[in-house]
Formats: sequence, C-alpha cells, structure tokens
Amino acid sequence: MTTVEQAIELGLSKDEYQLTIKYMERIPNITELGIFSAMWNEHCSYKSSKKWLKTLPTKAPWVIQGPGENAGVIDIGNGLAAVFKMESHNHPSFIEPYQGAATGVGGIMRDIFTMGARPVANLNCLRFGSPSHPKTKHLLSGVVAGIGGYGNCMGVPTIGGECTFDKGYNENILVNAMTVGIVNKNKIFYAKAGSPGSPVVYVGAKTGRDGIHGASMASAAFDANSENKRPTVQVGDPFTEKLLLEACLELMAIDCIIGIQDMGAAGLTSSSVEMAAKDNNGIEINLDKVPVREMKMTPFEIMLSESQERMLMVLKPGSEKKAEDIFIKWELDFSIIGKVTDTKNIVLTANNTIVADIPLEPLANGLIYDRPYEKKINNETVKIPNNSNWDESLEILISNHDLCSKNWIWEQYDHMVMGDTIGMPGSEAGIVRIHGSENQALAITTDCTPRYCEANAQLGGMQAVAECYRNLCSVGALPLAITDCLNFGNPENSVVMGQIVSAIDGISAACKTLSMPVVAGNVSLYNETEGKSIPPTPQIGAVGLIKNTDYQLTNIISKYNNQDIIIIGKTIGHLECSIYAREIERIDNGQPPSVDLDQELNNGKFILHLAAKELISVCKDISDGGLAIALAKICIMSKIGCIIKKPKMINTNAWLYGEDQARYIIISERNKTDIIMKEANKKNIPSSIIGQMEGKSFKVEYNNDNKEISIEKLSNLGNNWFVNYFSK
Amino acid sequence: MKPNIIVFPGSNCDRDVYIAIKSVIGTSPKMIWHKETSLENTNLIILPGGFSHGDYLRSGSIASRAPIMKEVIKKAKNGTAVLGICNGFQILTECGLLPGSLMRNSKMQFICKYSYLVSTNESKWVNKKQVGKVISLPVAHHDGNYYANNKIIENLVKDNRIAYQYCSDEGVIDDKSNINGSINNIAGIINDQGNVLGMMPHPERALEKKLGGKDGINFFKSFFEKLG
Repeated sequence: MTTVEQAIELGLSKDEYQLTIKYMERIPNITELGIFSAMWNEHCSYKSSKKWLKTLPTKAPWVIQGPGENAGVIDIGNGLAAVFKMESHNHPSFIEPYQGAATGVGGIMRDIFTMGARPVANLNCLRFGSPSHPKTKHLLSGVVAGIGGYGNCMGVPTIGGECTFDKGYNENILVNAMTVGIVNKNKIFYAKAGSPGSPVVYVGAKTGRDGIHGASMASAAFDANSENKRPTVQVGDPFTEKLLLEACLELMAIDCIIGIQDMGAAGLTSSSVEMAAKDNNGIEINLDKVPVREMKMTPFEIMLSESQERMLMVLKPGSEKKAEDIFIKWELDFSIIGKVTDTKNIVLTANNTIVADIPLEPLANGLIYDRPYEKKINNETVKIPNNSNWDESLEILISNHDLCSKNWIWEQYDHMVMGDTIGMPGSEAGIVRIHGSENQALAITTDCTPRYCEANAQLGGMQAVAECYRNLCSVGALPLAITDCLNFGNPENSVVMGQIVSAIDGISAACKTLSMPVVAGNVSLYNETEGKSIPPTPQIGAVGLIKNTDYQLTNIISKYNNQDIIIIGKTIGHLECSIYAREIERIDNGQPPSVDLDQELNNGKFILHLAAKELISVCKDISDGGLAIALAKICIMSKIGCIIKKPKMINTNAWLYGEDQARYIIISERNKTDIIMKEANKKNIPSSIIGQMEGKSFKVEYNNDNKEISIEKLSNLGNNWFVNYFSK
Repeated sequence: MKPNIIVFPGSNCDRDVYIAIKSVIGTSPKMIWHKETSLENTNLIILPGGFSHGDYLRSGSIASRAPIMKEVIKKAKNGTAVLGICNGFQILTECGLLPGSLMRNSKMQFICKYSYLVSTNESKWVNKKQVGKVISLPVAHHDGNYYANNKIIENLVKDNRIAYQYCSDEGVIDDKSNINGSINNIAGIINDQGNVLGMMPHPERALEKKLGGKDGINFFKSFFEKLG
C-alpha cells in the first residue's frame, strides 16, 4: 500500500498519484508506484513538451525514422543510412563530472548501436559557468576527462562540438552528447516486441544499486543539497560497452532479433514498457532471472536501477542458443528474463509472486500537459559604443574563453581512431568519411547561441538551426537533418514555458525553410538551481552529406599567392548581443541579429554551388565574433596574414565584429574571383571582395590608418587560454 | 608477408591496422582472437592499439596473460617479427618481451595529436633511407610515458635499440618536443634480438594526406621490404 507522501517523494504530484489509482483501479504498491514515477517524470514522458514537439517538421523523402525511436535515421545513399541523436546528461555531470559526462557518452552511443549502426563519430556541447566561478575548473576538467575516458576506450572518434562559458550556468552546467552511426539500410533494428510468446532477453552488464531513480533526479531542480544526490549518478564501464557493441553487432548480422532497446534512463522499466507498448502487447518479466551484482535487491531497485551497459531484446523464438553463444564469447551476461504476452499489461514476478501488474498504455502514453506559458519579448534596443581600437579588441577577443582555440579539450579526445576523420575538430564541422566508400563523407556539427536565445528564444532557436546549416555548407556538405536537445529551466514557470514554446517555433520555422527535418531529440528541463534557470539553450546537432570529398571545403589555405578574400552575405554591422558588445563594451542586453531564412538558404546553396564547380576550396562561416574572428582563424590555421580594406559607410568595429547572419568568408584564387563575383551577381547573392591573403599580419586599411597584428601573436593568444587558465 | 593481428577484448585499432597493411602491401592480415593458442605460418605478429580489458589494473597487463600470448612470446623468441602499437607496446612491456614500462603521461591527460618522430638507428624496422628523417605520426594515449631504470636505458642506447624518439619539426630531440615525459623522448624501442618493436605512435592512422599525413606508408614499407 502506498501513500500520497511516498508518491511525492518519488517525484509525482498529488494529481498524478490520483491518476495512477484511476488507471490501476486500486492503490499501487511501491514497485508499481516507482515504475509510474520513472515513466512519468519529465525525462521519460516529455509531458510538458510533447504538445509542442509535435509541431516540429519531421518528414522528408530521405527520412527513414523520425522522433520516437532510439535515434533518428536518414538515407545517405548507396544502401546506407545515418543514425544519430543528441542527449543531455546535465544533472549527473554537475554532481559528478567525470562519471556524469562519461555515462552521457555511453548512453547516447548505446542509442545508436541499438539500432544496428556502428557509431562513427561523437560530438559534445558543453556549457560551463563563468571561468572565475570556483567550481568551473573542476567541472571542466572532469567533464572533458569523462567524455574522453568513455569515447576513447570505445574506439569511436570524438570529432567536434562546442564549449562556452557563462555565469548563467554556474550552478547548472550542460553536457549534451551526440553520436552518429552508419548502418545498412535494410538492417535497421527497432524497439518493438513482435508477437506474444517471443523470449525477452537481458544482455550486458549486471544490475546494481547505482543510478536508482536517476531519471527522476534529472527531472527535478537543484537545491543546496544536490551534492547528496551523488549516489544517483551511474558509473560507466566503457570496456563492457565496447564488448556489448561488438556482441550486439555480431548478433545483428545474423537473423535473430525482433526488437532491441537499450536500458538508459529508467533502466529496465522504460526499456520493457516502451518495447511492449509499441506493438500493443504485454510483457512478463521474472525478476529472479535478472543478473544482479548485489544481494537482496528489491523489485523496486531492480526496475529503477540505471546501471549502465545493459540491453533488452526480444528474440525470434528458437534463436536463443545462437544468441547466447555470442554473448558468452564476449563474456557478457545473457539471461532470458521473460516473454512477450497479449495481456497489454506489464507483469513482474519475484519468488513466484506477482509483484507488479500495470496496464502499459497509460504508463507509456499516460501524461501530457498543456502548461501555461507567457512569451516574454523584450523589444528594447541598445546602442553599442564602438570607438575601441580594433586591434586591441581583436587581441582581447581572440583570447576570449568563448572564441579561443579549444584544442586543450579535443586533444584529450581520440579524434582519429577508425581512420576516417578527414575534418578535424576545431573547424566548422567534423567530417568522417563513410567507411569503405571512395569519396563520400558525413559532416556533423552542433550549435546554439545561448545569449541570442536569452534575448529572444524564438529567434535563438531559429539561429541555432541556421548556424548549423551554415556550418555544413561551409565544409561543402548538403545539410540533411537535425537532432535537438532542448535545455531549459522549470516548465512550471510560465516564462520558461514561453521560452520552450518560442524556441520550438523558431526551430520549426528554420527547419522548414532549410529542409532539415528534426529526426530525433531530447528535452532536459528543470535546469534550475535555487529558483534560477539557465539561459534557454535549444542545442542543435546537424548532419550533412559530402557527396564527393574532392569538393570538401576547409578553412586552411594551401596556396599562398593571389588569394582574394570575399564575403558572401550582407554585412550591416549588428553589434547588439555580440561577443564584442559583451567583452569590449560590457553590454549584454539588446536585440540579437535578425535571421533571414531565405537568405540563409540562398547563400548556403551558393556556397555549395561554388564548391561543386570547384571555384573555391576554402570557406568559413561567420558567426561569434564576426568577420574579424573568422578571418583571423583562417590566418592562424594557414599561418599567413591578410590585408583587408574597410568600406566607407560602416564603423570599423561594427564591420569587423558585427554578427550579421547568413555570411561566409571564401578565399578565391585571383583568376577565379571574377567568375565568382559574376555568378553571385547573376544569382542575386550579396558579395564583396574585401582584401587579400598575404604577409604575416592581420592588417586593416582605412583612412590611412594601417594598424596590424602579427599572426604569430594572434595564434599564441588564441591557443593559450586553457593552458593559462589551468596553470593559475 | 603473412601478417597476423591479435584481437583482444577492447582492442579498437585492429580494424585500422588491418586496413593499413592491406592497403600498403595488398595482403589481408589474419585476425586472431585472444583465446586462440597457436599461430601458424606467420612472419609478422601485430598487437594493435586500443584498451584491451579496458586498461583495467594496468594498461596491457591483463592482455599480456591472454592464452595467445604464450604463443606470441614463443614465436618472438624464435625470431618472428612482432610489432606492438600503443596498447600493443604496453602489452609487450607487460609480458616481458620489451623492457621498461609505460606510465601515465606527465601532464596526466590523454593526448591525441600528430607528433614528430625521428629514428637515429638503422634496424630490421627502420631502413637506411628513414634514418635521420623527421616523420609525423599521430599519438593517442593516456599511458605513453616510457620509463626504465638507468641500466636498461644505457643498454638501449648502447645497442642502438631506441627505434623512435619524439622531436621538433626540425628533428631536435629536447624537453619541449617530449609530449608525454618519456625518458630520452622514447617513442619506440626494439628488443635485444631486434625482431620486436613496440611504439606509442600510430603509423596506421597516417596513410593519406586527407587524414592528416602519410608518413605511415613509408614506416610500413620500411620493414616490409626487410621482412620480405
């Protein structure tokens, strides 16, 4: 017998407790209540966001599987498909950075190989608090080590991501991990249960008492006692997962599996419920058969444990032996723990007694909220003074923690294993060649600009998708689809709920215009500590296809003479909400740059057109820090200087550091410049030649004032932030 | 050439080295599971990189006791060429085929990047053309900090058994170019018979300009020619 107090302790509301009684037609016992709370928390049920997620565009001719599976799947040609998703592990990473981040990486990789795909690339988006906050160093070093510790051991390259710092994350960091895998199009596996009578099999690591109720922890706000939640953080074992990966792929190669689901958030509970509910079946599990690593685990503990590296599958009857042999070879547990039934209920037994019996439908789909929301739009604009010396500003900005080189981070990740990484971390998008193909590759990127989202969530959502689109075009990849990872505060706060609704609106609009459907996603709410929410952070991960790697674009020039610098896209000089405004003028309010989706689409297509015609090989999109930072990075990577000439009608700092969207820098060989400009003119694409690559300095010419900074100096400033930070 | 690649649970560069060897010499190596107990008809045994047994206990230590290792040791003592890359090098020191040990990197962090290397000695593994030439190969390890006592180091130097050393792009072997704190910048060593090479850098990752470099090709060719 349970009470409303117990329900509340498990994270359910009073009303939700009443609902469980209604669905059960009796008072649930503690195991049943635990199962309800695990399925109905925000992390597993999407109860606050579902209504709005349904409005996202999810279809396109190349989409094989949209949201609702372990990961999204898109067709990439030649009989292959890309499988990908991004997921958050924010709460655990704040409590225990190494294990929190490591198990985040482990979890998302499992989502990918559950579907039959071999993971080929990992990315991660990290948002830390202010660098001067006392916890930041510890969190940063722990998270990076944890991501490396897991991904490196698995032998999957970590090829990109983002890392920025803002005081808004001081007490609530974000760790979002993305994995991309590749699978044969007709060998994709889904989370389904098939027909009654089929055996339900548990494989992988044993179940322990770690991470019990982790998904509920991830669905609650933090308070002063959050450190006490450390025991709810799971502990990762990447070695076991590597074995699990190889064993699963070996089994998938022979025809044994009906359905498979990894045990992630809410462990055995969510995997069994989701699989059985999908085909409108029932499921019966004998908990005595579950491999456990501790004595006397209760049914509640077994069902709610989030021990890592476990999978649940339904096998074709008669193939048990073949499957077991493979798992014995890989020294993993294999246990037939139950069967698919036609009862439409989940029935658990232990010691020959029924310990839980719950109808599946309300468990899987029982809750959806239409929470009140308030779209708070601030139209206030601010004037950003712009009289600083451009050269001093460039030195400050290139060494800023958000704009500097992140090699300190990605050199701790094995980004080359598997031998197909042809676009290194540190550029617009990571690129992995499609293994075995002559010249095709996947380009993968992640993006979000939280300061834009904070000013205007709708525009911020749109911008995040647009920047991903730009990142992919700038390496010569055709953008195909996205996964989102929506990190917000408490949805019970109508302003936060308004941010969620607005951001989804913005993402939706951008995805439609740019033809990048949302095929997978994750929502992380309650990112709030002591009542203070994080900046809205609708993180986007995007995948594009490079059809011929000969036309891949880079941001390193290989020829040094007669190289013109051309800007594609319109420059107005928007400084509000820019990094320049924040770091140089110390102003962080105002309006973010506007996003013109049609321009994004046209300018991106134009870049791909130039690449396909072999008119360019060097391109970089312009984003944080504006034109100057983008160009300085090309100079640093290529070890060559530039001379650029400021147009008359614009202020120097606005020109150099404005963050107008839909822009790219391309470097053109002089004999091709004319053709490019004519093509741009013909297609109505704004374009201007601003200077040449030459010399050893970054030089801006205007009003006879020809200041310059050596590239070597910029390079040192850009490369040393992390080393200096950790030596302090 | 009849290469065999030993696959341990947790090996993750086995496929990469398979592809590298196949592309350089056109022969497909045979993959050998760690539970096998015999090796037939091979003249090159490769212990690949990765995290055998999760690097638990110590990197390479559990793998060094795998059933196949008795056979690998026997073959090595009879003169068969054995190449250990990264985790393979760690396994070779753990099983005693090579002296010394590989400790945690001096900065205590995993490190993955291209490193410059130079070989000052001609050997079964390094032909004359390669001696003194600066090459660039990636490293990816947490435990690559080579340590051995003075006596061992003296012998390695005296017998010209240091195969590769970390250096600058101009070939200067100094503290600045020592990426992981190894004694004498050691990146790879050879056993006293000369037929066993262990090295931390990954030649199999450097076969194409697109991947960041192609010095791995000459590395493999250099000893394939000698092994025949």
